[in-house]
Amino acid sequence: MSRGKRAAGGRTGKTRKTAGVNNFVVKFANVNGSGSASANNLFAKAIFRMGIPVSPHNIFPSNIQGLPTWYEVRVNDKGFLGRREGVDLMVAVNEQTIVRDIESVVPDGYVLYDSSKALRPIRKDVNFLPIPLKDICLREFQHPGQRQLFQNIVYVGALATLLDIDFGILTGMISEQFRGKEKLILPNVHALELGYHYARDHFDCPLPIRLRPSRKARGKILMDGNTAIGLGCVYGGATVASWYPLTPSTSVVEAYGKYCKRLRIDPGTGKRKFAIVQAEDELAAIGIAIGAGWNGARAFTASSGPGVSLMQEFLGLAYFAEVPVVLFNIQRVGPSTGMPTRTQQGDLLSCAFASHGDTRQVLLFPSTPKECFEFAAGSFDIADRLQTPVIVMSDLELGMNEHVCDPLEWDDTGGYDRGKVLGGEQLEQMEEYGRYLDVDGDGVPWRTLPGAHPERGSYFTRGSSHDAMAAYTEDGNVYAEVMDRLARKFAGAGKVLPEPEIQADGASRGMIYFGTTAGAIPEVQHKFAKRGVRLDTLRIRSYPFHDAVSRFIEEHEIVYVIEQNRDAQLKSLLKIDCGANDGKMRSVLNYNGVVISADQIQEAILVDLPEAPEREQASA
Amino acid sequence: MSYIVKPRFHHPQLQKNDLGYTRRDYEGTLTTLCGGCGHDSISAAIIHAVHEMSLAPHQLAKVSGIGCSSKIPSYFLERSHGFNSVHGRMPSIATGANLANRELYYLGISGDGDTASIGLGQFCHIVRRRINMLYIVANNGTYGLTKGQLSATADLGSKTKSGEESQYDNIDLVSLAIDLGASFVARSFSGDKEQLVPLIQAGLSHRGFALIDVISPCVTFNNTPLSAHGYKNTWENNVVLSEIDFVPMRKEITARYSAGKDKEITLHDGSVIHLHKTGSGYDPGNRENALLHVNEYKKQGRIATGLLYINQDQSDFHELADTVNKPFNRLNEHDLCPGGEVLADINETFM
Repeated sequence: MSRGKRAAGGRTGKTRKTAGVNNFVVKFANVNGSGSASANNLFAKAIFRMGIPVSPHNIFPSNIQGLPTWYEVRVNDKGFLGRREGVDLMVAVNEQTIVRDIESVVPDGYVLYDSSKALRPIRKDVNFLPIPLKDICLREFQHPGQRQLFQNIVYVGALATLLDIDFGILTGMISEQFRGKEKLILPNVHALELGYHYARDHFDCPLPIRLRPSRKARGKILMDGNTAIGLGCVYGGATVASWYPLTPSTSVVEAYGKYCKRLRIDPGTGKRKFAIVQAEDELAAIGIAIGAGWNGARAFTASSGPGVSLMQEFLGLAYFAEVPVVLFNIQRVGPSTGMPTRTQQGDLLSCAFASHGDTRQVLLFPSTPKECFEFAAGSFDIADRLQTPVIVMSDLELGMNEHVCDPLEWDDTGGYDRGKVLGGEQLEQMEEYGRYLDVDGDGVPWRTLPGAHPERGSYFTRGSSHDAMAAYTEDGNVYAEVMDRLARKFAGAGKVLPEPEIQADGASRGMIYFGTTAGAIPEVQHKFAKRGVRLDTLRIRSYPFHDAVSRFIEEHEIVYVIEQNRDAQLKSLLKIDCGANDGKMRSVLNYNGVVISADQIQEAILVDLPEAPEREQASA
Repeated sequence: MSYIVKPRFHHPQLQKNDLGYTRRDYEGTLTTLCGGCGHDSISAAIIHAVHEMSLAPHQLAKVSGIGCSSKIPSYFLERSHGFNSVHGRMPSIATGANLANRELYYLGISGDGDTASIGLGQFCHIVRRRINMLYIVANNGTYGLTKGQLSATADLGSKTKSGEESQYDNIDLVSLAIDLGASFVARSFSGDKEQLVPLIQAGLSHRGFALIDVISPCVTFNNTPLSAHGYKNTWENNVVLSEIDFVPMRKEITARYSAGKDKEITLHDGSVIHLHKTGSGYDPGNRENALLHVNEYKKQGRIATGLLYINQDQSDFHELADTVNKPFNRLNEHDLCPGGEVLADINETFM
């Protein structure tokens, strides 16, 4: 030990096999509302800027101030960015949870804590990194707010030394963040330096778990799904957003508004080419979007479980009256209020069949921010083409956490597809117009917009039974014809929906998954490959399912259906729609509110594999 | 099947308006409501009003909720697009439609169940939001389609045909609308076409949210001598606070009631409202006064009608939201999509 520093575990030379250079998990245990979020974000982003793949997760309470909140950052040079169990370094600065937080650290792991107050040593098999955060800030800063806030920046500075974060990147980010508020740059950089120097003078730095600049994340972006959706709505031509604030969907409309204020201002007049209505509830939110869609504007709303439940009646109207509208469902844990700040894929069935009577809704399942952007922009084309609601099924994990992904792309050559809309001139040429006539045989009729023609093309939109001319009818046969046409339209929807992503190599077993489960899959494949096990994969990206989904199930002896809910909702939907044999489909489920991990998937499948010794144990 | 096509033949000398349309061009399908229903009189008043002011039917969109009232958009303005939505939610459909195209006229038709019970929340918020539209409530104090239950606008002590007596205070939509900031509030009676037609014309021309609460008796379930919303009570206790005459824009002012005229109001589109003397000296420009009068007459068991409140200085939703003049539904990708180059810059901010 040189200069009397603490060896901080480096002494034993032992590190956990799973952790090492560019491969570890750091978790921050904070108090909600203490200003930790931006400091923790600074930490994660700095690692990303070193070119290292990183996946930060917020595990936050439904609370404004005072309750415990965690931020978990996985660093993995192979790019395995699903959640991993076990914490290699805990920044334990919340007294409420410190005992439990320390207990969750792996043997030989590290605990950075605020030593301004003595800590009762509760474990001997972890390495403590005491830093008097409070005392340092009391000494260095005058303003009470800064004394609290900068404790977070000080520990980021210390982590820079401990983990070998490029200090220039950190100070550069501080300068970017406070552009326009320059006088805040100096104290922030000072706080970083305080931590940096303290760690350098007191510990053997860097730790065995540390960073090394990489190329793996070069050229990528680090973005959350909700921001990508908001931006996608701007690119997709949405002009009307109506919403009711609800975690975890709120930031969708906030992002849309932020980008609109930059990108949707008419240069000549300074006026806005968008309108956002914060409605009185979710019923009104979707009603406004449907009214706008009916009248030819591209419109959307964003919500989550409780709000989507309230929208059911209107979703049925839009299905039956054939009005384009887009709903972003950023799923959270249900039923009822559930766990509002935790993630789940629990709304599959309630959205696929949203509303009473025979209804089927089009669903899209993004799994990366890039897909959030593409599906958001594309959903308006799909809704217009099919004249029906499109529900984009994201979740809290994707929506509210930042993910490393490829940069967003936009093809300037393709215009918007507004679907079958007849203008005044076309109406003038027509002999007969019927709103719900299946002229083209694809189940999609032609619509007109109010004001199109002085004497032709008007019709009465209704949720009551109607004939092909949009007139009210109680004739059961006419009703059935309309319902059959809607079924035909739905069955043919696949051609405008994203196809499943398939990796098939002739394996006898396969995995079907969707959405945020995708984060864990490359690691699952890697783990199985090491054991000599091969599994084909299919990632579902839309509903109704493409034919390729049925084929994939047929072609495999056993199919593992991996999803994040209790009731195996995707498996049910596959049974209903693909007629899949229940015996060959096996569920891998996770519904504890945090995203499914590669370990969970691997363990669940291992016990089911015939060649695995675990299987004998399981059946014994 | 309750959809009946109307015979097309008509008198060759039907009067044409400035657009060359006869009143027949503003009609709809045959009504399926009960004979004598007040709502049919409202349909007739709408047809009369819109034809007379030479409004092109395709420039107007009809929106409604659910109930007897909400059926009537089928019975007028067949050349207008219509949207019969879900129960109590017409205001949200109207809001969205108005956002998509600010150039059209929007006519909302609702009932007392649709507006004062299931849709009370949406009603309050569309008033607050100042959507530019005319919202007509066909108010009969009862649920007709479900056979005669009392509605939330039924006055305390009012009795339906089955003898059920209202035990609760009623929700007065006129006071509520004035209180929440509606800029045009009127009450009328389906049996008084002279009063109703100019109110509809003025309400459509008014920029901002306009409400007309129309007492419209239900002949089948709520028209007994003890029904507050019956013909008898409405005729006997109707107090006309202010009578108006409407002159569409660009029309020569030929005041039918010039002798009694005491005030002119020019609307934003150039149309003119003549307020004529009723002896009361009532000023519809004063919000507190309007609330005071409506409540005072209500206490006496009387119904204040006419143009009760008007405020022309209020901005509508589009002005508040600072939206472009061109309707949203005519903006294309050139207007709306920032393009690939901008996206490359945005990517940079996430690196």
